[in-house]
Amino acid sequence: MSLSSKDLLGIKGMTAEEINLILDTAATFKDVSERDIKKVPTLRGKTVINLFYEASTRTRTSFELAGKRLSADVINISTSTSSVVKGETLLDTARNIEAMKCNIIIIRHPCSGAPEFLSTRLQSAVINAGDGFHEHPTQALLDMFTMREKLGKLAGITVAIVGDIAHSRVARSNIYGLLAMGANVRVCGPPTMIPQGIEQMGVEVHYNMDRAVEGADVVMMLRLQVERQTAGLFPGVREYSRFYGLNRARLAGAAKNALVMHPGPMNRGVEIASDVADGTPVILDQVTNGVAVRMAVMFLLSGGTKAEA
Amino acid sequence: MNVIIKNGHVIDPSNKVDEKLDILIAGGKIVKLGKAGSISSPDAQAVDAAGKLVVPGLIDMHVHLREPGFEYKETIATGTAAAKAGGFTSVCCMPNTNPVNDNRSVTEFILSQAAKEASARVFPIGAITKGSKGEELSEMGELRAAGCVAVSDDGRPVMNAAIMRRAMEYAQVFDLLVISHCEDSSLSAKGVMNEGFVSTELGLRGIPRSAEDVMTARDISLAELTRSRVHIAHVSTAGSVDLLRAAKARGVKVTAETCPHYFALTDEAVRGYNTMAKMNPPLRTADDVAAIKAGLKDGTIDVIATDHAPHGMDEKSGEFDYAPFGIVGLETALGLSLQLVNEKVLTLGEVISKLSFNPASVLKIEKGTLQPGADADITIIDRDLEWTVDASLFKSRSKNTPFNGWKLMGRAVRTIVGGRV
Repeated sequence: MSLSSKDLLGIKGMTAEEINLILDTAATFKDVSERDIKKVPTLRGKTVINLFYEASTRTRTSFELAGKRLSADVINISTSTSSVVKGETLLDTARNIEAMKCNIIIIRHPCSGAPEFLSTRLQSAVINAGDGFHEHPTQALLDMFTMREKLGKLAGITVAIVGDIAHSRVARSNIYGLLAMGANVRVCGPPTMIPQGIEQMGVEVHYNMDRAVEGADVVMMLRLQVERQTAGLFPGVREYSRFYGLNRARLAGAAKNALVMHPGPMNRGVEIASDVADGTPVILDQVTNGVAVRMAVMFLLSGGTKAEA
Repeated sequence: MNVIIKNGHVIDPSNKVDEKLDILIAGGKIVKLGKAGSISSPDAQAVDAAGKLVVPGLIDMHVHLREPGFEYKETIATGTAAAKAGGFTSVCCMPNTNPVNDNRSVTEFILSQAAKEASARVFPIGAITKGSKGEELSEMGELRAAGCVAVSDDGRPVMNAAIMRRAMEYAQVFDLLVISHCEDSSLSAKGVMNEGFVSTELGLRGIPRSAEDVMTARDISLAELTRSRVHIAHVSTAGSVDLLRAAKARGVKVTAETCPHYFALTDEAVRGYNTMAKMNPPLRTADDVAAIKAGLKDGTIDVIATDHAPHGMDEKSGEFDYAPFGIVGLETALGLSLQLVNEKVLTLGEVISKLSFNPASVLKIEKGTLQPGADADITIIDRDLEWTVDASLFKSRSKNTPFNGWKLMGRAVRTIVGGRV
């Protein structure tokens, strides 16, 4: 079996079968990163470009390592030091890169829809590394991989996503993926951070965090995104952390052995108390799993099938 | 050169004319109308309008001609050519040019360009405030004397209510219509489409309907306070329609226009990040479309105008967030408006009125009728002509339309300005 599209633009519309394919393939790649020689020849001779229009530590490094561990040639372009500062358009930038015969373009962009715009105009496979507040599919895939690994399943679990849902691509991708896999999803935040109509996606909306966390198998905290907010969404960090921050007391209301997850980077003391952050290794497992998931995605989009992985 | 239009089905709503008549034109004016075959004028050029509708020349009171300053998008020549192709004999051009039309020299430039190059009549609209910055009143007396028929800061709202109040009071001296672009920019902020489920799914910042409604309410209240005439531009929400209906019932001197895209499309058209569906105010929901149609039907909305907003293809290509707001509309307005007749929202006469006599009477210009003595501005429409919208064939310099490929029925086949066929 292979993926139905030449690109990975989002989780919306993916079937449970496709998601399972990626997660199963990721499982076989995970042990590559445990070996002494972290290399397989799977994508040898392939060219991968990381085209990042936004700052990133985690995601970019993760994609770069994923490509290199598959033996691909990986180039990183950070637009602050490219001709984009001279006014080159998105399309011209991508076409020029493609003219150098690349197989995969991984794009992170502040505008929702930018990866989709490129996907219809380029032959290369386009992987969305995060577009505006729209989707961040590989993040959701690594989150689901982690949940499946630790809890043994995704169907029937209850996941509470807490934070600025309105401006979160991580929230949206996770909602689509978890619902496709049969999980129950609760979103929680102040009303100012809950986007219009989100209940139509099939999630429960909570303004009270204790209620949202009660009995949840997974509590996923989102970073309070100061750089994406316009004024007036919350009165200040002190009040936000009091009512929407995850601390030991609140976590006690979740299911026994509930997972605490965070896409990173964390604002310690704001959405997550330091002792909770340090007391849960799962957040770091997410990062480890991210490389494996991204290896799986690049492999499958390059025409690999599960049997070959 | 005399002209006689023969065998056409004449519809002149303001004079309650709806029958087969011939029309004689001389010296750029309508001389007389008579039963088919009853007018003899052997030296007149005959235009055969058999099987066609003959209506007062259509008037679009909301057009962006972009000249001076943005000629790469459109010029007075290309914009009026598009108007003529769409059946419009007159257009009113908004002042958000560069420089802004807030003084006599820009108005005179526009009129002199129009005299040299325009295919349709051009009525300039001046700015309400200097530079449309919303801070100081423009010299409205000078603008009126130079030829402006109305004032508007369109493109932007006048955010300061006190300034808008004074503008409404002051415009009365010169009997200038104040046309308001209703948008509370603190609510619309950086929004790029209607705020709703579609914007949530697409991950795009939304413009809530309240951004329009609160300003519609404000400007109605100011119109009442100042006892002045106000016209609400590009109505897009059910909330605005309700406010206008109540205001008119109270006797407030408020009129309103909507655009074809607000009754032909919803925010679903944005899916796929379609920049051809990006305009301000944005496409709304099915409930709003239903309310707009009801408002057209019961007369709450007086006028259909296009808000023709040309933009270059490069500008509209790329990231949705960065694309400028606006779509062209002159060449599709009539076809889209005639669909309202098929949907039984309006009668044919009502559609014609909203595109001719009503804008003329809102603007207090002597147009939109076919009586003897009127200017010979006439549009001949083939109501049964099925055609497919092809943006590459537009006379407009710009092709930014969401209607490319749409099959429409009804099109202007001849547009006569001042008796010139």
